[in-house]
Amino acid sequence: MATNIGQYTLRLDQSPSIIGSAAIGGKKEAEGPIGRMFDIVNNDALFGQKTWELAESEMQHQAAQKVLDKCNLAPGDIQYLFAGDLLNQLVASHYGLRELGIPFFGLYGACSTMAESLILSSMLVEGGLAKKVMAITSSHFCSAERQFRFPLEYGGQRTPTSQWTATAAGACIVAECSQPPYVRAVTVGCIEDKDVKDLNNMGAAMAPAACTTIKRYFQDTLTGPDNYDLILTGDLGQVGSDLLIQLLQREGYDIKKKHADCGLILYDQRTQDVHAGGSGCGCAAAVLCSYIIPAIKEGKIKDMLFIATGALMSPVSVQQGQSIPCIAHLLHLSSTPNPKPQGGNL
Amino acid sequence: METVTNRAYAEMVKKASPPSNSARNIPLAFLIGGAICTLGHAFIKLYTSRGVPEETAFPAASVTLVFLSALFTGLNIYDKLAKYGGAGTLVPITGFANAITAPALEFKTEGYVMGLGAKMFIIAGPVIVYGISAGVAYGIIIYLFRLY
Repeated sequence: MATNIGQYTLRLDQSPSIIGSAAIGGKKEAEGPIGRMFDIVNNDALFGQKTWELAESEMQHQAAQKVLDKCNLAPGDIQYLFAGDLLNQLVASHYGLRELGIPFFGLYGACSTMAESLILSSMLVEGGLAKKVMAITSSHFCSAERQFRFPLEYGGQRTPTSQWTATAAGACIVAECSQPPYVRAVTVGCIEDKDVKDLNNMGAAMAPAACTTIKRYFQDTLTGPDNYDLILTGDLGQVGSDLLIQLLQREGYDIKKKHADCGLILYDQRTQDVHAGGSGCGCAAAVLCSYIIPAIKEGKIKDMLFIATGALMSPVSVQQGQSIPCIAHLLHLSSTPNPKPQGGNL
Repeated sequence: METVTNRAYAEMVKKASPPSNSARNIPLAFLIGGAICTLGHAFIKLYTSRGVPEETAFPAASVTLVFLSALFTGLNIYDKLAKYGGAGTLVPITGFANAITAPALEFKTEGYVMGLGAKMFIIAGPVIVYGISAGVAYGIIIYLFRLY
């Protein structure tokens, strides 16, 4: 059974395994530094569909199908499905996954959804409530632009702090402890708002949430940056990453040498014109599912923290002058499971 | 450790966020915006040289620019030009045409009535509303004070 350690962290004593993962990317993502690692790449931004929303749904559908194929499983083998995306009413997930027939939970955590869905999947497996659970998220540049910003053909300049919504999806299957990567502990984030109002500077809005969650995890587990090979945040981009490092420095944690950000891994910031880096549910999902999970499997990464961050505003709330509430969820992923308890209290 | 106050954090954000590159953006806006206006003037010259009276040639040149802007928006070229042009592509009449054509293209997937028809003015709408309102207010002032 799981053990509460400290106030916010849950140690998953059984250490559920991520037994498979799949990542889908668009053309721009495939041209990025980790483009070769995607399972499926589609150069057609519409993915053969009529609308951008259906294109994103198709991506989710393909990601789900691919991860099932890779694990030699059928939809009927999966007991629960946690999914989310950036669109209103989660239409990408709802339309993309309606044919699977798996008991379904829709999640909205903005760009933090991959961590949120993985945490819930791991908790269900850890608690013995399910044998196999799927977590899946996506984002699409074109569907996100028209919902959150401007029509694609509108001529405007993006600010240097803005981030590029990834056209990508990632899916994982979590099952009982069997193989790496193992989910050893999770810290669920609280909503945090430092009064940032700039929609074109989401990294800055999200960095404090990431700082709080990481700090709480370190305090709860009595560990620090030196205990991990990698501290991977989801989608803070360049500005947010710089701020996170500064914020944690003030708290007494130097993560500079261990830190990387999915938004800066997915694209080459220098040549791909993404300004401060990538973002979107699909960004953290695709980086985790294509690049990180195989690296843990192969033992290249032994212990790491995956912290996906989300900006929880809507275009309406921002137009009404509200600031951007943010969240960050953390998972400790490892190539080895938690040691079996020796009896007695820890 | 005390947590960072909102005000202190705003300062940190300001320092960490790179500003827009004005040294590059402003000259580019001048050049590209200037080129669009020069093109407009070339059309005026062309039309008048073909015997079109001047009071017709001016609006005809504007109409030509609007058409070209809409065409280049549809061909996915205007937004790429605007990436460099910035205010230079926004301010001339071509920017207005782009602001109407772009949502018309984008939202036609929601149908010709509630999509294309309704959302066409999502960006340009405010300009029309406040432009006409200012015109009416100006007209009333002129009427009341009999300035003409």
